[in-house]
Amino acid sequence: MLKALTSRLTQAVLVMLVVTACAFLMFRYVGDPVRVLSREDATQEEKAELARALGLDRPVLVQYGGFVARVLRGDLGVSFRNQRPVATLLAERLPATLELVFAATVLALSLGIPLGVLCALKPDSVLARAVQALSLVGVSTPTFVTGIVLILVFSVGLGLLPSFGRGQTVDVFGWPTGLLTASGWRSLVLPSVTLALYQLTLIMRLVRSEMIDALSSDYVRYARARGLPERYINFRLALRNALMPVITVTGLQIGSLIAFAIVTETVFQWPGMGLLFIQAVSFADIPVMAAYLLFVGLLFVAINMLVDVIYALVDPRLRASAR
Amino acid sequence: MTTPALAIDNLRIVYPREDEEPFVAVDGVSLSIAPGEIHAVVGESGAGKSTVANAIIGLIDKPGFVDRGAISVGGRPLGSEGARLGRDIGVIFQDPMTSLNPLFTIESQLGEAMRFHLGVTGRQARARSLELMRAVGIPEPERRLSAYPHQLSGGQRQRVVIAAALSCDPKLLIADEPTTALDVSIQAQILKLIRDLADQRGLGVLLVTHNMGVVAEIADSVTVMYRGAAVEQGPVGRVLTAPQAAYSQQLLAAVPRISEKLRRFAVLSQEDEQAGAARRRIAADYGAGRRGGQAPLLEVRDLVVEFRSGGLLGPPRVFRAVDQVSFSIAEGEVLGLVGESGCGKTTTANVVAGLVRPTAGEARLAGALVAGKGARRPDEAGRILQMVFQDPYSSLNPRLRVGRMIAEPILHHAVAASREDAAAQTQALLEAVGLSRESAQRYAFAFSGGQRQRISIARALGPRPQLLICDEPTSSLDVSVQAQILNLLKDLKDQTGLAMLFVSHDLAVIRQMCDRVAVMQAGRIVELADADRLFEAPRHDYTRNLSDLIPRVENARARAEGRSTWQT
Repeated sequence: MLKALTSRLTQAVLVMLVVTACAFLMFRYVGDPVRVLSREDATQEEKAELARALGLDRPVLVQYGGFVARVLRGDLGVSFRNQRPVATLLAERLPATLELVFAATVLALSLGIPLGVLCALKPDSVLARAVQALSLVGVSTPTFVTGIVLILVFSVGLGLLPSFGRGQTVDVFGWPTGLLTASGWRSLVLPSVTLALYQLTLIMRLVRSEMIDALSSDYVRYARARGLPERYINFRLALRNALMPVITVTGLQIGSLIAFAIVTETVFQWPGMGLLFIQAVSFADIPVMAAYLLFVGLLFVAINMLVDVIYALVDPRLRASAR
Repeated sequence: MTTPALAIDNLRIVYPREDEEPFVAVDGVSLSIAPGEIHAVVGESGAGKSTVANAIIGLIDKPGFVDRGAISVGGRPLGSEGARLGRDIGVIFQDPMTSLNPLFTIESQLGEAMRFHLGVTGRQARARSLELMRAVGIPEPERRLSAYPHQLSGGQRQRVVIAAALSCDPKLLIADEPTTALDVSIQAQILKLIRDLADQRGLGVLLVTHNMGVVAEIADSVTVMYRGAAVEQGPVGRVLTAPQAAYSQQLLAAVPRISEKLRRFAVLSQEDEQAGAARRRIAADYGAGRRGGQAPLLEVRDLVVEFRSGGLLGPPRVFRAVDQVSFSIAEGEVLGLVGESGCGKTTTANVVAGLVRPTAGEARLAGALVAGKGARRPDEAGRILQMVFQDPYSSLNPRLRVGRMIAEPILHHAVAASREDAAAQTQALLEAVGLSRESAQRYAFAFSGGQRQRISIARALGPRPQLLICDEPTSSLDVSVQAQILNLLKDLKDQTGLAMLFVSHDLAVIRQMCDRVAVMQAGRIVELADADRLFEAPRHDYTRNLSDLIPRVENARARAEGRSTWQT
């Protein structure tokens, strides 16, 4: 286990080095930092002086080393747009996104798994057919359409729920949370439903097909042949096998939700990372974009490792081979 | 009179079909098994033997149903009030690798039936599981209880499956091809275990199998099924040595024997004129392509294949699958390659075919270096060497018409002068393997396993190869189809001088087909000799052991005379 973990860690470090290299190149070569930072009427000498001060005259590898060292210290540079440290900006926005993604994932799993099982066990029931048909709509509707329709119906039409922002937040150990106020909860409903919809249908369809596979497997046939109760076979024996790939997919989905909740956050003006990123793109705020790239890279590497570890804990076959 | 462990009376099972007469899978079958008796049900695929077993365990595939007849186990009818699955009936399936759930421990899977059927506590279940594991001969049962299926070997898994089937002390054990997926040495152990359990526990066993050798070795009585009906029933010694029904006689005649070599296999149906003519035509066409000459057609020298695993950190683990293997095949010669699974026989064949790159050593085909350092496979080597794979279901492209599939290599290697000529050759090949001309227009899914294997042989013969590599070409086939295909290969060998590398674990087939035989164990050839010599006087212990463990249909006579034949 330890050996497998160290090997995975080495791989993760390698991946992160490549990602930092990309971020560095972006930082260094997309747009000219000297021109961005110096006055418009600066002389050639002043510009050269600034470049020296920024260390841009040194060899590229040295500059890269310095960049990695700064990143490790948590120094992600200063935003061009509002002249604040990028790390602080990210830290401010992260809680909002994490809460939104958490709510969406809980929603997707708690509905997706039972519905998937239902569709596998009773494929001909009315409910299963309806769910199947709706899931097709769920997969194929773009997020912004879902979001706008939900706003039209529940905010504009019925006036039940707020259409933007995350309501009142309360600081818990420096973490601004919306989960402790009524307005926070109310604001969370529409964005999390919007974000969960695609994930829900994905998980539902995955559970359904995995469950059908498990039910037609030899070991389920063998369990039937031993006269075990149907309920025990379905919900203990088969479901466990069916849920294995759900771990991977959920992990990756959480990653992409955190990284790419951009559309949902834009539609609902949710003050999260996605909104930060979209604003950075429109202002060509290179330090924020590079930091975002680093963050997304780290996120996926970390989630992948976590999924591997969970897998090794749940699947005895991997446990043995990892030993 | 004791209550029979199983009594089936006049069973009829029907599959309704749309717009057609319903298909009767089983019709009027009756049989009775006494406690301690092993009753074998034999027949070819589609005969309905597995359907009978499935009817007893209530797992007939939809939309089939039991139309008529009664089944009782231990004197009680099936159902929640009477004989219950898991408690009164134990079942073992063919493949121990997939019968156990990979995510649950052995203890959980052994104990669950007891908990539900006998209402025992976890501790009682554990104690009984240990007892069962000792009874089925699993070493270190305490440690194995907490193991997962993948940590056990195939033989041990099948023992666990048997232990689970016996956990509630059933009166009847249903074993559907229980040893088909196992190696001969494991097969011998499992068969002996089933025999012992039947004797010691008074367990009635319904053994469904297509292997006549297995029947001859352990069964007491046998039912021969053909097209859903029981054509013959009786004690094993009588039915296997002096079958009465015409079908039983044909079936037994088609079973390859290990004790003597026959010129041809007896086949069930009369071969038609057209197929014979097509075969003669192919042989005549072949004539022009013969190589002649003294040098061996294939020469393999000091072949080594290693597989490495392991990642960036730590030393890689090296597995030597083939270890210093050398042999040669002369023109028109059939060399058999036998051994248990994992011995390296298929890897060796794959190196010759160019599918696996050797770590060291070389192979020369008709003088050209085709594997080894600096090997370049000339196109001609691609023509004179063709391969027939084991699994006819995965070796044919599902999106090509059969005719196109066969014509493709013919055209590629320019064996035919024109497309019309290629089409004519394709038709002749199809007829030669006993299929109709019209088959060329259809897709692979329209054919049965045996027919598909014939297509795959026709495809391999198209470019007029001089060496055919056959990797278990008949192991998925029924004996009657196997007999036809082996006869065809024999004819081609005699008529065209086709040489073969024949990989198989079935020693009886090897005996019938091969001139010389190489026995492989753990990557090495332990004995290479003329087939007759090898089978009559094996020199190496491993060869002797292997040949002793094969269940032989010939032993039915000894069993009939009351002698025990089993030696493990």
